[in-house]
Amino acid sequence: MTNEAIQTLVNSWVPDLEFTEEGSQFLNINVQPEQLHHFMNQLKSNTETQFDYLFCLSGVDWGKELGVVYHLESTVHRHIIVVKVKTEDRENPTFDSVSDIWATAEFHEREVFDFFGIKFNNHPNLKNLFLTEDWERFPLRKDFVDEVNMIIK
Amino acid sequence: METTTNNSNFKSEEYFINMGPQHPATHGVLRLLLTIDGEIIKKVEPDLGYIHRSIEKMCERDSYQQIVHLTDRMDYLSSHINNEAVCLTVENALQIEVPDRVKVIRTIIGELTRIASHCLWWGVMGMDVGALTTYFYGFRDREMINDIFEETCGARLTMNYNIPGGLMFDIHPNFVKRVKDFIAHFKTKLPEYDTLLTGNVIFQKRTKGVGILTKEDAISFGASGPVGRASGYSCDVRKHHPYSALDRVTFNEALKTEGDTFARYQVRIQEMWESLSIIEQLIDNIPEGDYKVATNAVIKLPKGEYYQKVETARGELGVYIISTGTKNPYRVKFRSPGFSNLSLLSHIAVGGKIGDLVATMATLDIVVPDIDR
Amino acid sequence: MNHISLSITKNIHNWLFSIMPEGAASITEMVLIALVYLAIFAVAGLYLVLLERKVAAWFQLRLGPNRVGFKGLLQTMADALKLVSKELTGTDRADKFLYNLAPYFVIISSLMALAVFPFTKEFQAFDINIGIFFLIAISSIGVIGILLGGWSSNNKFALIGAMRSGVQTISYELSVGLSLLTMVLITGSLQLSEIVEVQKNGWLIVQGHIPAVIAFMIYMIAGTAETNRAPFDMVEAESELGAGFHTEYSGMKFAYFFLAEFINMFIIASIATTIFFGGWLSPFGVTESIPVLGVFWFLGKTLLIVFLMMWFRWTFPRLRIDQLLTLEWKYLLPLNLLNIVLMALIVWLNLTIQF
Repeated sequence: MTNEAIQTLVNSWVPDLEFTEEGSQFLNINVQPEQLHHFMNQLKSNTETQFDYLFCLSGVDWGKELGVVYHLESTVHRHIIVVKVKTEDRENPTFDSVSDIWATAEFHEREVFDFFGIKFNNHPNLKNLFLTEDWERFPLRKDFVDEVNMIIK
Repeated sequence: METTTNNSNFKSEEYFINMGPQHPATHGVLRLLLTIDGEIIKKVEPDLGYIHRSIEKMCERDSYQQIVHLTDRMDYLSSHINNEAVCLTVENALQIEVPDRVKVIRTIIGELTRIASHCLWWGVMGMDVGALTTYFYGFRDREMINDIFEETCGARLTMNYNIPGGLMFDIHPNFVKRVKDFIAHFKTKLPEYDTLLTGNVIFQKRTKGVGILTKEDAISFGASGPVGRASGYSCDVRKHHPYSALDRVTFNEALKTEGDTFARYQVRIQEMWESLSIIEQLIDNIPEGDYKVATNAVIKLPKGEYYQKVETARGELGVYIISTGTKNPYRVKFRSPGFSNLSLLSHIAVGGKIGDLVATMATLDIVVPDIDR
Repeated sequence: MNHISLSITKNIHNWLFSIMPEGAASITEMVLIALVYLAIFAVAGLYLVLLERKVAAWFQLRLGPNRVGFKGLLQTMADALKLVSKELTGTDRADKFLYNLAPYFVIISSLMALAVFPFTKEFQAFDINIGIFFLIAISSIGVIGILLGGWSSNNKFALIGAMRSGVQTISYELSVGLSLLTMVLITGSLQLSEIVEVQKNGWLIVQGHIPAVIAFMIYMIAGTAETNRAPFDMVEAESELGAGFHTEYSGMKFAYFFLAEFINMFIIASIATTIFFGGWLSPFGVTESIPVLGVFWFLGKTLLIVFLMMWFRWTFPRLRIDQLLTLEWKYLLPLNLLNIVLMALIVWLNLTIQF
């Protein structure tokens, strides 16, 4: 499917989607946190989109907002889209887990939880994967400061 | 062995065992928390981070040329391909068209890297199932490749041969000859691998039907590389999203449908043959030309997001760069093949024995710095 | 001291008895012989380790130890020295008494077994009339040491290793015993010197032809398993359990386990030599007039079998624990029982080949 076709198809599924292709080689879709799980489920189960391969799940700190970027590919149709979800709540950022849709998300979400402090609802095993259990801060956030161990030029 | 006694005198109890971070089968500092009932594994939970260097954070303070060198330290067995991934991302972002010569050399060295990595894997695979001799056979052939690398780029493992815009130096005058020698040598030695290990009855008993991964699970768990392909999931980035000179060669994607440990083993052996054929197609006609195009000393990517996938020896490596237009990236994410492949270990190892876990883990071909980044 | 014949030291024997009362003399004599055996086999064990390393190197396209002494001949001596000087560490909350006891069980049982072998005519410390029975009994004591060591180390990997060892040794003991019993049907005696004597009419592997060859193959498989060597090294299984039951042992205590493994290998090969290949007898009796050369033949045959076991170790992958037990209980044991019947028939119908 072409990007335009995907855009017209998915636009009807959930409200408040934002589409952009600016500055990216893929179609980017911004989705509201409340709609995320439903939208993702649609993307995978719909036979026309069939995004069954979540190949990258990254946490991003956009300064004001925290968010997660999902790179999706269909192994059947071989098209790729990027889904983004953001929240301005830096104290307690929470999204729905997609680990029930793509099993690989379980580990990737734990990684995001570790480094960005983003929590995922309904995650089967959300605990620290890389960091120790008594670690409190979130190293990959932009406001993380560690004057002893980090060399900033 | 399948059933556990549960009468009043003998009560079987599950117990917990800590495999790693210092354990011969975890190939580095991976820690597995195992729950075991006798010999049967009930639960596997990986605990990571023992070698985490936060490369993604370090990338945020480095320039694009510097990032290339950090990627060597992720999956050190396919360091050249990791470098290539970052360079391709930067080149695509800057819309630089690198010379043909660069593309061909990158592909040749990339495939040599894959063979070297698989040689090491094969040796270690044998060692994990108890046949220690394979290790030395694998290393014998890997050594030849490393010598070729050393001659051309001065390093044997973490090569740093790619730079954004091309290669750091031209290839050594001996390169073509030595690669041809290697191909001739390896074509006689690869069948030896089969006679030593593949055909062994004990080895086949140990690996067939062990750690089965279905195609649906493989896709869902984001398996890539030989792990995915052994389950019948066509996931070769070189086929689906060809990069460098891979669009001008013909090769077969090694596919198996069994999805067990033995299938993953066979896929890797098959891949070595395919890599040999790719190198053979390219080695005789490396185009003349420059080995790099000039780039600015300070590379600034235009504002935007860039993603590049490549096929390393372990699977699909993704580089995701968010740039705000400055000389440093805003965010870099490496989607490492090992991380996704490890996440399915707990899925396929449960129900097997300790020996099965070791064999299964060997065919996932885990490199811990790749997982921990 | 009725059934102890100490003929290798007849002169010393007479001399000791001439200067001491009888009781003291025989005790001194036994101690002396024990010391001689200990010295010989401690060194022999070390050289077996060296041989193993050289053979491994040969299989693995490398050189092996070649620096200490002439062509590396002193390498394992140096290793032993190093191990002697090493600190003896142990785990916290280990059962100290059992933990310290375990290595002695293993090394003593394997050294004890050496006493009954006739290395050549009259070179035998202890010619007991139930020799084979004694060997089988003694060799199963070693597993107690392994179980104790694994249990008392307070380490789960060691415990898994020890439990595997228990299961494995108990299972394969049966095959070892039964395959030897098959051969006893021909000899009609359990005494090792007697068994060698019988083979003057042809080595037992020839005398017993088909069932003997089957018995030998079963014996070699089971014997390799008994010594816990690859492909049956479930007990150590370094890629699975670290070092298995001796994970927590260091220094000399580790060395005891290590040495015992090699001496056990030697014992298994010695039994095979004595039972199947005519012990110290030379082929076709070429050197029958010089009994001293028996030692050469005995060691030659034994080392060949030792080499065979090393060959196994460096080429085969390891079995899984359930496959290991399946092999024994479903294949080897029934085959063995059938084989005994076959051998009994052959002996009964006088179908053995004798020269």
